[in-house]
Amino acid sequence: MGASFDRRPSAGWGLNQGCRIASIAGWIPAFAGMTFFAATPALAASGEPVNPWVASAYLVAGVLFILALRGLSSPESSRAGNRFGMVGMLIAVVTTLWTHSIASLPEIAGAIAIGGVIGFVTARRIAMTDMPQLVAAFHSLVGLAAVLVGIAAYLNPGAFGILDATGEILTVSRVELGLGVAIGAITFSGSVIAFLKLNGNMSGAPIILPLRHVINLGVLAGIIGLTAYFAIAPTVGTGAIFWTIVGLSFLIGFLLIIPIGGADMPVVVSMLNSYSGWAAAAMGFTLGNTAMIITGALVGSSGAILSYIMCKAMNRSFISVIAGGFGADSGPSEGAAKIDRPWKRGSAEDAAYMMKQAENVIIIPGYGMAVAQAQHALREMGDMLKEQGVSVKYAIHPVAGRMPGHMNVLLAEANVPYDEVFELEDINSEFAQADVAFIIGANDVVNPAAKTDKGSPIYGMPVFDVDKAKTIFFVKRSMGGVGYAGVDNEVFYMDQTMMLLSDAKKMCEEIVKAL
Amino acid sequence: MDFISILSIFVMACFVGYYVVWSVTPALHTPLMAVTNAISSVIIVGALIAAAAGSQADGGQTAKWLGLVGVVLASVNIFGGFAVTERMLAMYKKKERK
Repeated sequence: MGASFDRRPSAGWGLNQGCRIASIAGWIPAFAGMTFFAATPALAASGEPVNPWVASAYLVAGVLFILALRGLSSPESSRAGNRFGMVGMLIAVVTTLWTHSIASLPEIAGAIAIGGVIGFVTARRIAMTDMPQLVAAFHSLVGLAAVLVGIAAYLNPGAFGILDATGEILTVSRVELGLGVAIGAITFSGSVIAFLKLNGNMSGAPIILPLRHVINLGVLAGIIGLTAYFAIAPTVGTGAIFWTIVGLSFLIGFLLIIPIGGADMPVVVSMLNSYSGWAAAAMGFTLGNTAMIITGALVGSSGAILSYIMCKAMNRSFISVIAGGFGADSGPSEGAAKIDRPWKRGSAEDAAYMMKQAENVIIIPGYGMAVAQAQHALREMGDMLKEQGVSVKYAIHPVAGRMPGHMNVLLAEANVPYDEVFELEDINSEFAQADVAFIIGANDVVNPAAKTDKGSPIYGMPVFDVDKAKTIFFVKRSMGGVGYAGVDNEVFYMDQTMMLLSDAKKMCEEIVKAL
Repeated sequence: MDFISILSIFVMACFVGYYVVWSVTPALHTPLMAVTNAISSVIIVGALIAAAAGSQADGGQTAKWLGLVGVVLASVNIFGGFAVTERMLAMYKKKERK
């Protein structure tokens, strides 16, 4: 799929795919050379020589993780990539167990079994619409695991090989430990809040505390200052400092996420994804473990890039998302102007008739479709149209759904072939030739105000040019509701627009019947 | 390993991550998050070391139990993350050519 080409941050990165593979392939030997060079002559922090085979095993695991992500460049290679990831993890775990004298193998095996069963069963049972919650919950576990490992390393530094000759924890390791537990704790508490908001246990509305910026910056400065002090202070009596860092980091995770509204959760989930990577990397530094460092860097960059893509797709700066409060004052912006504007109401029969006559139809699904569980009915409608010789395409906005790529998964679940699904940049020019734009459960992403109205809160956000299509069908439950951004949509009142007011699933089923 | 060589690996890996992730097709961003989540549980290595160390030193016993809890949490993630990615990827199908 060519979509990824258009997402490069600027023309400066104008490598073609082939060059990119070559450049990555070029890195790997460079990596390997460097690690061997470093590993063979050097001594571990604990004074024991590093076994080059062990170091290379971790390196192989790291490379397999790179290949796992590389596989995701296309759906065909993705499953092989996932297998690489599993093999990499197996190598990392087996190598660790092999090289440490194990006092408690049955307990460890039991722990892996318990965790494995919980994880596996959850993964099998989870509904695809609940994927964002699941990912947030998983992030919180990584964060908590990082905190536990950090505390264990602090309590038993000898086992982690981070003691110097005098039996004190090395200065550099203390910085890494401090940062590791801090990032891990922020990931944990932040993800818990993100989970509660996504899962509906907590209102999606932002919770605004007075002076929150002052409090947050103060707590952050406190964590950094304490970490620095923890590094230089003598070991005796550092316990209190260490525990304060842990406590403050849990606190700041909560404080950072509660003012962020439900609409910004895709960015938050991506950001926490990034943090979970940095936490793993910090622990990798403590242990001098290449697999953890490579993985941490991969996951860290992945989350950061996804946050960037999400922010860009909403035309928001990362800072404004993190500062929070978006969507808190959406109520009063609906003016009296919208009340008595004329709009046309269509029926399922009209829609079926028009679409049967059409040559090409572009379907724009939004989160509303997922809420109504209409994806299967929608796919059935698409199939019926295809049988009539109509060309059907699906157009997906980067922020459709509640996490990056969420809508693609939902459509894939409904058996929509992935080569009929297109990204914003790839399909936007086709609306001018389209006979019908069928909007279902989306709103802000088709609002022309983003292009024309400088005063609109969504001004500048890239949107679909649905207004260029000959006919627009807009499936919506009622005229009253507005999108996340709380702005009225010009498309409702256009001459070529027909509003199909009904539940998304029911409407699709009725159209199928009428076809 | 000394700090600078570890840091070099880290910096290089950030660049590799940057290029690899931009080449991921947007349609697979959700599986990307699930799989990165699974691989970041490589932190299980640290938890295993703590759990395996036994209790010779002061605090070793506590560290061991913390390590075991860490192993449980990381395993949930590893198995759950890979399984859910596999489940999602299995759903991506091409158009059947007739």
